[in-house]
Amino acid sequence: MAPLLWTILRRLVLGLPTLFGVVVVSFSLTRLLPGDPAVYFAGAAPTPEAIADLRRTLLLDRPLPQQFAAYLGDLLHGDLGRSLVTGQPVLQDLSTRFPATLELTLTAIALALLIAIPLGVAGAMRKRSGIDHIARMVSTTALSMPSFFTGLLLVFVFYYLLGVAPAPLGRLAPMGFPPPEHTGFMIVDAILSRDWAACRDAAAHLVLPALALAIAAVGPLTRVTRSAMLAVLSSDFIRAARAYDLPRWKLVYAYALRNAMLPVLTTAGVVFSFLISANVVVEKVFSWPGIGSYALEALVASDYAAVQGFVLAVATLYVLINIAIDILYGIVDVRVRLGG
Amino acid sequence: MDRRKFLRMAGVGAASPLVSWQALSQGALAQGQTDRVLIVSELNANSLDTHTVGANRAAYGLVWMTYDRLITFGTKTLPNGVQSYDYFSLKPQLAESWEFAPDNAAVTFKLRRDATFHDGTPVKAQDVKWSFDRFVKVGGFPQRQMEQGSLASVDQFEVVDDRTFRVRFLRADKLTMPSLAIVVPSVYNSELCKKNATASDPWALEWTRNNCAGSGAFKVESFKSSEQVVLTRFDGWKGGSAPKFQRAMFRNVAAAGTRRALVEKGDADVSPDLPPRDIVDITAAKKFRVDSAPTANTLKYLALSTITKPFDDVRVRQAVAYGITYQKVIDSSVFGRARPMFGASAAAPTDASWPQPFPYAHDPDKAKALLRDAGLSSGFETKLFFDAQVATTDEPAALVIQDELGKLGIKISIEKLPDFPARRNQKSWPMAIDVFGAWFDDPDFFFRWIWHGQNTVWNLASYKNPEMDRLLDAARQEREGTAYAALVKQFVKLAMTDVPVIPLYQPLLEVVSQPDIKGYTYMFHRQVDATTLYRG
Repeated sequence: MAPLLWTILRRLVLGLPTLFGVVVVSFSLTRLLPGDPAVYFAGAAPTPEAIADLRRTLLLDRPLPQQFAAYLGDLLHGDLGRSLVTGQPVLQDLSTRFPATLELTLTAIALALLIAIPLGVAGAMRKRSGIDHIARMVSTTALSMPSFFTGLLLVFVFYYLLGVAPAPLGRLAPMGFPPPEHTGFMIVDAILSRDWAACRDAAAHLVLPALALAIAAVGPLTRVTRSAMLAVLSSDFIRAARAYDLPRWKLVYAYALRNAMLPVLTTAGVVFSFLISANVVVEKVFSWPGIGSYALEALVASDYAAVQGFVLAVATLYVLINIAIDILYGIVDVRVRLGG
Repeated sequence: MDRRKFLRMAGVGAASPLVSWQALSQGALAQGQTDRVLIVSELNANSLDTHTVGANRAAYGLVWMTYDRLITFGTKTLPNGVQSYDYFSLKPQLAESWEFAPDNAAVTFKLRRDATFHDGTPVKAQDVKWSFDRFVKVGGFPQRQMEQGSLASVDQFEVVDDRTFRVRFLRADKLTMPSLAIVVPSVYNSELCKKNATASDPWALEWTRNNCAGSGAFKVESFKSSEQVVLTRFDGWKGGSAPKFQRAMFRNVAAAGTRRALVEKGDADVSPDLPPRDIVDITAAKKFRVDSAPTANTLKYLALSTITKPFDDVRVRQAVAYGITYQKVIDSSVFGRARPMFGASAAAPTDASWPQPFPYAHDPDKAKALLRDAGLSSGFETKLFFDAQVATTDEPAALVIQDELGKLGIKISIEKLPDFPARRNQKSWPMAIDVFGAWFDDPDFFFRWIWHGQNTVWNLASYKNPEMDRLLDAARQEREGTAYAALVKQFVKLAMTDVPVIPLYQPLLEVVSQPDIKGYTYMFHRQVDATTLYRG
């Protein structure tokens, strides 16, 4: 355990320069982008005086290096500033909204893996068979559909036409009472407080958005699983195992799949990061109160603090995901553990 | 895996959740609930108080329902039957009566005896004084807005006794009284606010951002900034006739497609901001109520820079006004959902209303003749700018204008600017499409922003005409009556002949609701007022 802990620590320290770079880039990019928060928030038909007032209040009249120094100073104290769009501290906004995004994304990636791995394995096992073609078709279609479109399509079919899905109004029915908050994951919180009605409600609301996101992830995951499985299946040790007449399921799932998991994991890591950004549109369609919809709104309004906070939070998440994936490598593949 | 087995599994997996999925949702929006209304819109309030920095338009609507003012606007019926506020009739709210001083230097309000804040504290003149001092002292939007109505100094506000409050006038200004009926001068529970004030925040803005200290028709039950607000009726409300709904819920639904689906499925009761294309479909289907009102005192227009050649020549400006196919602009930009502002039969205004159609319609022959007179029969090249944030409406309009004026030899290159609002003050655009809405309905107030030589950021045409300034300055002194009407007709006529600004259309505010939702009233703040809504 000690070397593992050491690795994590080392990786975390190595992540710090990356995060600093992200802070610098996000700060300069928000300033470079067109748009002026003072004009945006000065109210309807603002007078030049009102705009100037606001610029002074927001400290936008100071030179950029001074603004940056102030921002860094606040960051070191754990203060991400205040969002103009919501009027709340950015840290508070992000911490209330992040679990919603995480719950959605984790469900989506689990769903995607559940669909993609069997599909990829099946495709590899029966190359150029009907199932292989279907798998390829599914993954190509899924890959080429923008999540915005998939989301609207799902709403149209399952909510509007069939009427089986609940109204796409966020995480709970509009008059539903959320369970007391422990983890921020609605379903987990509901289970913890034994509020089965809220648990069912939250699950019902999660299905469509998670599916919309998962569809975007199924494509790459299926393809990677298939090609990795193909490579492993034609390797010597599988041929040897076959010669020993090991049971088929054991051969496929215990030996071949485990060895094929490395590239799948890597892709899953990349896909997870990609899903966080795909979230932005899916959250919009389903009124999901996550950080994606928050960032989108903030960007439109040139809400500097909120955009910077969002970028920083996502960058931190990326660093953590990368560390997690590296650790998973070691669990899945002994060779990595020995080499590391 | 066996192919047959796989397909069977997939089939079972797909079919079984379908049956009971929606039943899982708690309280699957029981329809016909008569005691509550759900309003879904693109923008939700980001603050419970319009005095806080950055409070958005939705916050104005919210404060309108949770706070009271001394006075409020009356209502009237628009020509199409839709109810609307009436800018020109002021009604009592917290004040039961008011009286002007003999020398017209002040107005004295008598407060109602029975009005209380949500926590039961009686509303007193001291609360009014504290609230009015607040909008002066907090600066920013509230202060600047009230300055427009000559309410700019704490010395103007005086507590005579618990129930009597006096406002001294800085100058004779017809905007002072209507200014008292807009959202900013709401009356706050001063004792409650003071309890929650801090040394660095003496006006308790941090607290009122997330808490309500009002006496309005609704109390705030829960507030999630930009996401959702739930209001419950305040049964002790004295500011008007009691709301019919026990609860009103405002929910942010960013995607227009989702909003439309929610209304069509009956899960949402009201949606105030569907795109015009959806409105066309919904109107055609005739299953839902669509309440349309021309957005008061608002115009979408094409500004021609009078300090840029060749638009410094009035003949060129008129030629452009004759060269535009207005109906095509309206059809392509807002799918016909707008009030036309073209084709008036007389060259001069027949009444003192505003906005009113200009005497231009598509007439290429007249346009060509005018260009010939100006020595530009071979045409010229120029640029047209518009705001990228409203590209859905303005880009099609720009393309139609480019196409039609191209036939006259005017070659236009179109520039779509993401930072359009921030660059208005540069006044460097030969042609620009813009929209302006004024808070007050007096025609001269609107004109002051766009046509007056004081040259505000909205005067994109950089138009300066001493005669126009003289008329507008004179009109500012008058409030009503024939003298005022005569002045309005004169400056509107001048705007028509000089055409530095060509009106394209007056946008509509269209609210879609379930057929059983009644009582919608168009308000000057353009947000849905749940106070008047009922199911019937």
